Amino acid sequence: MKYWKGIEELESAPEFMQSAFAEFMPVKESHESKDDTSAPRRDFLKLMGFGVGAAMLASCETPVVKAIPYLNKPEEIDPLISNFYASTYFTGSDYNAVLVKSREGRPIKLEGNPESPITKGGLSARAQAAVLSLYDGGRLQHFAIKGQKAEVKQVDQEIRTKLAGTTGRIAIVSHTIISPSTKRAIAEFAARYPNTTHVMYDAQSATGLLQANGGVVPGYDFSKANVIVSLDADFLGTWISPVEYAKQYVVNRKVSTDKRTMSRHFQFETIMSLTGSNADVRVPVKPSEQGAVALALYNAIVNGGSVSTSASYGKQLAIAAAELKASGSTGLVVSGSNDPAVQSLVTAINQTLGNAGTTISAASSNVRQGDDARMAALVNDMNNGSVGAVIFYNANPVFNHPMGDKVKSGIAKVPLTISLNDRLDETGSLCQYAAPDNHWLESWNDFEPKAGYLSLSQPVITPLFTTRQAQESLLHWAGNNTTYYRFLRANWRGITPTDAAWDKVVHDGVAMGTALPAAPAMTAMSAATAASQLSGAAKPNGVELALYEKVGLSADGCGANNPFLQELPDPISKATWGNYVAIPRAMAVANKWEQGDVVKVTANGHSIELPVLIQPGQTNGTVSIALGYGRTMAGKAGDKVGENAAPLAMTANGIQYMNVVTLEKTSATSPIAQTQTHQTLMDRRPVVQENTLANYKKNPKEVTEYEKIATPDGLEAPSKVSLWQDYQYNNHHWGMAVDLNSCIGCGSCVIGCQTENNTAVVGKQQVINRREMHWMRIDRYYSSDAHKSDFESKGKVGTYAAMEDPSENPQVIFQPMMCQQCNHAPCETVCPVLATTHSSEGLNQMTYNRCIGTRYCANNCPYKVRRFNWFSYYSNEKFEIVNGHMFTDLGRMVLNPDVTVRARGVMEKCSFCVQRIQLGKLEAKKQKRRPVDGEIVTACAQSCPTEAIVFGDMKDPNSRISKLLRREDGERAFHSLDSINVQPNVTYLTKIRNSESEFFGKEA
Amino acid sequence: MNSIRLRSLPHLLLAFVLTFAGIQQASAQDAAAVKKEGVAPGATAAATPATAAAPAAGGGDAAAIAAGDALFKGNCAQCHAVNEQVVGPALAGITKRRPISWILPWVKNSSKVVASGDDYAVALFNKFNKQQMPSFALSDKEVTSIVAYITSQEGAAAAPAGGVTAGNAAAADGQAAAGGADAGAGKYVDILLIVLVVVLIVLVVTLVIIGNLMKDVLRGRKDLDGRDIEILEQRFDWGKFYRSPVLRGIVGVVFALVLLYEGVQSVMAVGLNQGYQPTQPIAFSHKLHAGTNQINCAYCHTSVYKSKSANIPSANICMNCHSQVKTESPEIKKIYRAIERKQPIQWVRIHNLPDLAYFNHSQHTQVAGLQCQTCHGPIQNMEVVYQYSALTMGWCINCHREMPLNTKDNKYYDNLVKLHDSKNAGAPFTVSSNGGTECSKCHY
Repeated sequence: MKYWKGIEELESAPEFMQSAFAEFMPVKESHESKDDTSAPRRDFLKLMGFGVGAAMLASCETPVVKAIPYLNKPEEIDPLISNFYASTYFTGSDYNAVLVKSREGRPIKLEGNPESPITKGGLSARAQAAVLSLYDGGRLQHFAIKGQKAEVKQVDQEIRTKLAGTTGRIAIVSHTIISPSTKRAIAEFAARYPNTTHVMYDAQSATGLLQANGGVVPGYDFSKANVIVSLDADFLGTWISPVEYAKQYVVNRKVSTDKRTMSRHFQFETIMSLTGSNADVRVPVKPSEQGAVALALYNAIVNGGSVSTSASYGKQLAIAAAELKASGSTGLVVSGSNDPAVQSLVTAINQTLGNAGTTISAASSNVRQGDDARMAALVNDMNNGSVGAVIFYNANPVFNHPMGDKVKSGIAKVPLTISLNDRLDETGSLCQYAAPDNHWLESWNDFEPKAGYLSLSQPVITPLFTTRQAQESLLHWAGNNTTYYRFLRANWRGITPTDAAWDKVVHDGVAMGTALPAAPAMTAMSAATAASQLSGAAKPNGVELALYEKVGLSADGCGANNPFLQELPDPISKATWGNYVAIPRAMAVANKWEQGDVVKVTANGHSIELPVLIQPGQTNGTVSIALGYGRTMAGKAGDKVGENAAPLAMTANGIQYMNVVTLEKTSATSPIAQTQTHQTLMDRRPVVQENTLANYKKNPKEVTEYEKIATPDGLEAPSKVSLWQDYQYNNHHWGMAVDLNSCIGCGSCVIGCQTENNTAVVGKQQVINRREMHWMRIDRYYSSDAHKSDFESKGKVGTYAAMEDPSENPQVIFQPMMCQQCNHAPCETVCPVLATTHSSEGLNQMTYNRCIGTRYCANNCPYKVRRFNWFSYYSNEKFEIVNGHMFTDLGRMVLNPDVTVRARGVMEKCSFCVQRIQLGKLEAKKQKRRPVDGEIVTACAQSCPTEAIVFGDMKDPNSRISKLLRREDGERAFHSLDSINVQPNVTYLTKIRNSESEFFGKEA
Repeated sequence: MNSIRLRSLPHLLLAFVLTFAGIQQASAQDAAAVKKEGVAPGATAAATPATAAAPAAGGGDAAAIAAGDALFKGNCAQCHAVNEQVVGPALAGITKRRPISWILPWVKNSSKVVASGDDYAVALFNKFNKQQMPSFALSDKEVTSIVAYITSQEGAAAAPAGGVTAGNAAAADGQAAAGGADAGAGKYVDILLIVLVVVLIVLVVTLVIIGNLMKDVLRGRKDLDGRDIEILEQRFDWGKFYRSPVLRGIVGVVFALVLLYEGVQSVMAVGLNQGYQPTQPIAFSHKLHAGTNQINCAYCHTSVYKSKSANIPSANICMNCHSQVKTESPEIKKIYRAIERKQPIQWVRIHNLPDLAYFNHSQHTQVAGLQCQTCHGPIQNMEVVYQYSALTMGWCINCHREMPLNTKDNKYYDNLVKLHDSKNAGAPFTVSSNGGTECSKCHY
């Protein structure tokens, strides 16, 4: 089997090979470094001499440091002890119950709330990064009239007068609102101004799904599914509620000697999505073929017909249909399409399978409520002048609605326009009044993500700016001068009649109960009508475009000014900072396009120019572009990153995130900042291992290939021979296990690590220069579909040639890669100043204040996990835009005070979150006991929604990791690059796929 | 840090003088003194921290008094003394004034007793300006042991010994004694030296006299040849001596060495703030509070046993007592002003560790059971606090190398102690032998 990380590697392009094996890519600085500590090397001695003298003089006048205590210390706050408060993250896309880690009243990290029955302690990458948005300097810091700062009273007064005088329709435009109290506040506003209507729309609309299911999202339960067929629904990455679904999905994906079964997952999709890359069988289909696929599945399951195998996807579809039928109530079909007809068929299929109560629970989800038709009607009303006032509540339709231009022209025709958005964004800047909302970490609110499941958010910091919670603004304008907290409390009287009950809910963050009014009913299309509509659909000619959402950045673009999310590599393409046109390889060859060539994409008379990226797995004849990029008024970091693709969507019949486009090459090129292929592990012994469920069932002891080395006594495990003295661990021996079967590659750990460890954001150019700083990366390997078993049929030469040939639909495997904390660490032996040493607890310690920056360690690291500080990322003006939070007092509040901000010229790497280890040990010592397993976890292990990462003390025989390693020893447990005998403390577990053979080719 | 400049300047002058005089003792002694001062550890006797739970069943009076002692210091001593009135009344004779059945509910919830209309309670409440005594969640047994302690202390001197402060005193005494011994030894050495010098001078004078006498005798003789006369009339040529390259070389090398030594010393002292004693915005005296009044350190530094930081007390803690005590003092009025203006007091920070070093108070107080004085010096004697220890990495590491771990009754260490004893029986189980000198114990 041959893995490759990217096309360049596969093709062995000369430019690529030149630097493929260099740890540090030679980079010519385009302009002189402006580092404030910059000094040419030849002046070193001069400066050194002067420096010693200056230091002596300076030391005579040590600056006076102040120690300023509280005037009246709050009882629950002790300086330098973290407090945790339960809260809820929901900004219109995914729902997460969170715990906010707060130090001296500053929220510094978000962690999953394990009490939540929905997200169960998992946290998405977006939610991990959300804490940075609180300190975003791009937020509007005061009320404003026509963009000019204004007093709150004046704004209130003018708005009230104007609202009272409004004759036409008043519209409140928002994303999906799952807060019962917010809805009540809006209802109170509507009672005061009876012409008011509340219009919700979602940037990634699910109206089709809602229509087919009576106005709600069905309560999918992937944990009970044995067969999952997904039609373009990226339910692990972006669709509806990814953390919840990932938690459920992985229940039936984990295997052990005692449980040798797993669910089977078919994915029919256009783009190579996170979900598709985790599927057992992934089939590329065009967006226009989704209807046909749904129809064929419908005919096979509901009508009992057979699937025609004539289409490119026919064979796999026939297998999927057969397995679905056999699975009955444990089967589940989901579709990401926004076409009501497709969704009607999917609902009918699920009904026929009889999965209500098993894979579709009665608790429906509320996190999508947007109605495209109502929004479209409002946009038309605005343009024909029948709207008297419009209030945008955290909605930015000018940017993220496909009819953004019409919204823009409509706003100009509305007499009264108010923005409650947190910044003067594309929509807010067009409005007359701005009454910015608090950040959710500054607010009280309640949520009902699923029917019967409630959660709360509580303020963990006083509002940083002169903002006011939007609900309170609405209540004020409706003549109710109460605070929103009181309003909320009053609404909760029914659920929490006593103060004690309320306190418990505030403490836990979650509760059971129903508070949301019933969703407005939507009429579903009958399955028969849907079937006839789909069978009569015309086949489009030309290149088809699929619009999709990134795992990091949401389609509404609200996270665009969050540099953590901008720099989070896409799980598949590993691209950062901007969107691109993903094209299949065949299209690139046919048009002689190369990666980075800028093409002009035109649809709906609208065109954008973006570079192309050759994406293995992209369906032939299609291209795809991510939504949510191309903001113009998001803030310093988010502006002018990529292009806005929303106007390219079809809006004729609801919103369809696809279209037929024309592509035209321009003369420009624009490099794409990918972290892919940076740390090449090609030509090495197995780094990552996988096998099939069939083999695992037969003999779990044979799924992992263990390397042996030749010794005088015959073949032995590499660890049997060593020139080194082994370390003795008496106290603790920290270790980590990563189950590749559970890892879905979502990147939550990457951001969790970044926020925990104050890792710098370096920006697009430095990513291109291969200088990204993430301590943790998720390596994504594509596999080719040729295999050694082809030797007989194709011959050795032919097979090897086939292995070189790029796969059109490769299998994907993810491998989280961080410092392996080797027991025989190659980095330790080459450090000339002992800045990296081994601890008595098995940690490979990195001492920044001792490091002199020779970078020998990084050169000698077989896993390429060391990161070098090429610049003062916290003070060099070049990084002020991308790493701005380290430059201002406001932004620095997010930094973890327990972790040093690294200076220029030192090496850094994963520390196994040593600050957490030290804290956990200290707590145990203070209580005169040993640490309890699970008490000390690294940030990555904690944030993982699928519990793929297990961290613990390997000296403790009862710890989860010890048990896991004992169980999996000789079965799935392996060390990456075992043969070089560096004896890592990180163990991987072989990935097991539920496909008949190792490769999709055999499936057909 | 003028002191460094001032200190090094005379050193430099001294170096010139001493180089030519050929004696270098003084400077070396000075440096040695600094070093010694830096690493002197105080008493390490395990002190019962204020936060420690009440001891187990008080079997016998002595145990009850001991338990009461700790509880009294942790809970009562901030407002009460046994034999004098502080914020609250003097507690001596409490058992005679009130029955235990009254004391118990009073300690647990005094406002309830006052509200119940108890005459004595109401009178007491009014006498002390309606200042409420806070409620204490103590068990009956704990209150009884406190009362036992009070009874045992009745009539004793105003400053009872014991607890943390006893430790302090012991530590300070020990140091004083050591210092005295040092001084005593030094005096003898001086006398011995003076005697020796006198003897030497007498010897030299005697020898010169004998030499002259001998010369005179020889000059009187006539049978001397030319060579003998030459030797006899020989004079010491000082000019030649000065011009001697050997002497110049030796002097030059010695001077260079002294200069180098001084240079290295002063560079090593860069950033070293030992002895730093800034003026604080309020003339708060640790001597008065911690020394004379015996207030437990943790009463003000609330988080010293639980957090990384010991916590500079907030103004509301000052107000616990100073709403009653010394309300007219101009220094106390500064606190009132701060509260009225809602401006926190800006103390000058004395102990500044670099950001790259992680230090946790609770690790050293709660777990290791160290005295505050071990690092902060005789704080109970400091009118104005100064930085007692060097706070250099060498200072930290030295202590970690020498200090045995406080493993007593701590299950965390049980197995480690067994392992250590089985391997290196006899050797102390120091912090460093448990990995306490590894980089990432303090740097991350």
